[in-house]
Order: sequence, then C-alpha cells, then structure tokens
Amino acid sequence: MGRVTSAAMTAPVELDQPVSATDARLDRPWITIVWNDPVNLMSYVAYVFCSYFGYDQAEAERLMLLVHHEGKAVVSNGTREEMERDVTAMHGYGLWATLQQDD
Amino acid sequence: MAATRFRRKRSGVVALTVHPDEALVLAGLLQQLADLVAPEESADADPLAALVDIGTTTEAPDDPVLARLFPDAYADDPEAAGEFRRYTENSLRERKHAGALRALATLEGPGKERDLVDDDVQAWLGALNDLRLALGTRIDVQEDWPTQFHGLAEDDPTRSLFLLYDWLSWLQETLVRCLR
Repeated sequence: MGRVTSAAMTAPVELDQPVSATDARLDRPWITIVWNDPVNLMSYVAYVFCSYFGYDQAEAERLMLLVHHEGKAVVSNGTREEMERDVTAMHGYGLWATLQQDD
Repeated sequence: MAATRFRRKRSGVVALTVHPDEALVLAGLLQQLADLVAPEESADADPLAALVDIGTTTEAPDDPVLARLFPDAYADDPEAAGEFRRYTENSLRERKHAGALRALATLEGPGKERDLVDDDVQAWLGALNDLRLALGTRIDVQEDWPTQFHGLAEDDPTRSLFLLYDWLSWLQETLVRCLR
C-alpha cells in the first residue's frame, strides 16, 4: 500500500503508537474519538487511520465502519498530551475528533 | 483534452492531469480556501505569543464552515476546548492555508500530466477534503445527498454546488485510490 506521510499534515507517527487497552485502564485514561459526518469519504477515513495511526488495512476499515455505523469510534488512547496531538492531527485531516477521559 | 484526474504510475508516483477549463475552477476554489483558512490577524495579538503560534481566539468560529474546519477538541468542556484552540488553531490554519496554496501551485501548465511529490499529494488530499467540508457545510449535505439533489427545483442555484461537490468527491476518491 502506498504510504505517504507529510510533515505538513501529521504529527510524528512513531510517537503515537496506540497502547494496549490494559495500559489505558491502568494509567492512561484518555481517548480520542472520531465522529461520523456526512462529508468525509469512507475510503479517506480508512486511509487516515492507516497512514496516521499505522493501523493495518483491516483494523483501519473496522474503525472506519464503526464510525460510519455507530456514529463514533475510539481510535486511540494514551496520555492527555498524546490525545491532544492525535486530535490536532485528525483536525488537520478534516476528521471530526474530540478527546476525553475514558469512563 | 483529457479530463482532470489523478493516476498512479507504475513507478508508484502519483501524477495529475488537469483540463485547462477545470484548472480555472480548481484554482478559484483553492484560492478561496486559502483565504478562508488564513490565520486571523488580530490587532491586540501578543507578538511573542504570535511567534510561537499562540492565538487569542478561544471561541469556536461563528461561521459554520470555519467551525467545521476548526472544531472543538473537547465536546463537554468549553474551557479546555478554548485553551486548546488558543494553542492550536493558528498553526492548523497556517498548515491548511499552505496546503491549499501548494495544491494551487501544481495547476501551472494545465493540459499536461505532471508528477506530484509526496507533499503535493498530501496537500491535494487535505485541500480537496477541506473544500468538500466547506461546500458540504454550505449546502448542508446529508449522507443521502443524491436524494436531496433530486428534490431540488430545476432552477435552484444550489444544484450546481451539489454537482461541484460530487465532482470534488470523485477527484478525492480517485486520489485516495492511488495511495492504496
């Protein structure tokens, strides 16, 4: 798959590898949520999940479909600072994203 | 003359062909986008803060298009959303502005296929998406927009905006396909 990254559009990817759910419950209780909207193309959303988060095609498609059908999906978790970076990147791509503490 | 399109060559390079008539349309749209997202000049801006891209804005923009391009990062915490905006909106505006101008620059010499470097591809991807967000918000596009379109009267001026939206969607889709 063609992988294109650009300093103009993304934060450093290697610092943003998603951590496991276990870590998130213990000491990293912040999450990034991407919300459904009628404009963003399904293919584009999946592309963003692949290219920014480094998810494989299957996981990116799964998350994209979750956003599409459920209205939202948790796409990453970590510290508040990490989630602010992810949300900024998502806004850079034009995706509608927010962060919050996991409950 | 070939219609505007993105194509991935065997080498993996993405190439853009722009029909001369469509180049005018795209150039107009990209320039408008660049103007729309340009960082706001504020008279009372702190010059030191401006140097490190900290703005004065903490409120979401009134214009629904700008509010969609620069959404709140915290859904239920206006104070945190405002603080986050103060530290991020200006640089986000600068990146989107620069991206629109970068895409615009690749329109020179329409009619001939030209290779795009990765930064050009990302600029186009972002700019096409921002244009669709802006246009889609203006015409209040819904998931099932063809039904909206077919419900419009023959002389409704928004018909042409829906057609433009559809064309930009197709262009973006072909570009995304080049990257898979």
